[in-house]
Amino acid sequence: MPRSLPEPTPETQHFWDGTVVGELRLQRCDDCGSAYFPPRPFCPDCLSRSVQVFSASGRASLHSYVINQRAAPDSGFEAPYSIAVVELEEGPRMLTNIVRCPQTPEALLLDMPLEVHFEKISDAIALPLFRPAGASP
Amino acid sequence: MSLQSVAIVGAAETTKLGHIPELSVLGLHTDAALNTLADAGLTAGNIDGVATAGESPVAVAHQLGIHPTWVDGTSVGGCSFMLHVRHAVAAIQAGQCTTVLITHGESGKSRIGAGWRGRAASSLAGQFEAPFGPTGAPTLFTLPMLRYMKDFALSHEQLAMVSVVQREWAAMNPRASHRDPITVDDVLSSRMIAYPFRMLMCCLVTDGGGALILTSGERAHDLGPRPVYVLGSGESAEAPMISQMQDLTTSRAFRTSGRQAFQQAGIGHADVDHLMIYDAFAHLPIYGLEDLGFCERGEAGSFIWERNTAPGGRLPTNTNGGGLSYMHSGMYGMYALQESVRQLRGSAPAQVKDAAISLCHGVGGMFAAAGTVLLTNERP
Repeated sequence: MPRSLPEPTPETQHFWDGTVVGELRLQRCDDCGSAYFPPRPFCPDCLSRSVQVFSASGRASLHSYVINQRAAPDSGFEAPYSIAVVELEEGPRMLTNIVRCPQTPEALLLDMPLEVHFEKISDAIALPLFRPAGASP
Repeated sequence: MSLQSVAIVGAAETTKLGHIPELSVLGLHTDAALNTLADAGLTAGNIDGVATAGESPVAVAHQLGIHPTWVDGTSVGGCSFMLHVRHAVAAIQAGQCTTVLITHGESGKSRIGAGWRGRAASSLAGQFEAPFGPTGAPTLFTLPMLRYMKDFALSHEQLAMVSVVQREWAAMNPRASHRDPITVDDVLSSRMIAYPFRMLMCCLVTDGGGALILTSGERAHDLGPRPVYVLGSGESAEAPMISQMQDLTTSRAFRTSGRQAFQQAGIGHADVDHLMIYDAFAHLPIYGLEDLGFCERGEAGSFIWERNTAPGGRLPTNTNGGGLSYMHSGMYGMYALQESVRQLRGSAPAQVKDAAISLCHGVGGMFAAAGTVLLTNERP
């Protein structure tokens, strides 16, 4: 059994449509310029409904994490694995996994530069994971 | 015109704590309710307000034959009971009801009569947390701590000390699940759960329940010998997903809730004799001490290390042993309130001498919500 998969809603569909084609789509407010995540059809800072979807750079830094020592049965995960909060270059933070890197405190250094790594799960879903900047895709 | 005072006149836990396979979730609620009615010397006919979380207040009222004029099903996690106390005070002051029963019961260990705990794949957590493999609170609630440890140079030993100190309190409590002394080395050599958190930094998983009864201070005076008055309270909410906290090193909900409670009570931190901070994991007392204003930012680790919250310290904290050693059914807030009441009644197993004011602070979800209650045994 694979990972627990997201089920997009109308408000989040653009995000999941983006990851499948290799884009990390955030939203930005036309009025106040704020970039935000998770998706919603209005700006969380000024509540304007005038917002646009844009493709983020995919660059981020490691903000915090844990290393899970025990995977749930049939979850598609093999322990140990990191569960991390990354801070995107554009400002918003998101939960993810750090991949292409030993899952150890010595290798996972806070504030290290990261880049997005799309992991295709099915034709409809790809997950935005992150790898150390410069690591092989 | 000043509002009338409101007091807790009944407080009790379930007859047993820990492993209770013979009772369902609803059975734990009603066992706690019956013990609390007996404690207050009241019957179901005296109760006209019902509040609970994790179970329907309708079901609890119906089980007990209560015909309420006020119902509160606020359910924002383990601090819901602090919010129920706050809401009950307002309702009694507004004349919407006279006597409120707040119940908690949870079959955390045995899972008897307990519902499914998952989230829909279309929820925000289902889309933006679950695909990345969290396995419950030990892998999410703990996520902010490495950020805190780097920003404030808090050591693994200081984090472990939280568990050590609380075990010292638990050792004095016959009802505590774990009472054997532990050292910092014991904590740091216990099984790794989710780095940097080890087994002894994580709360217990047990069965249990508790209940409270509140009424006007005037009635309280006629009723029982040991009313505990609500001096002030606060509540707040921040984010449904921990990755969306404004700042991983401080809880906005804690700060807001705590500030409201102190403002309403009109007291200062030095007036507080006894403190309860919901400790699902070892970092919670560190966040609580700072966000409630008992310590400056970055100083709570040293404060605990220097034994200020330990037996004999100047700010006795989590004196029942806490979620780390006493019990934790899932929504621990009720047990923190019970311990505050015991301390102010002078009936706690690890009694703080002359405790007159207790602050009881709860967290809901994973830094998602907060509730704070300031209590006193002195009639306002």
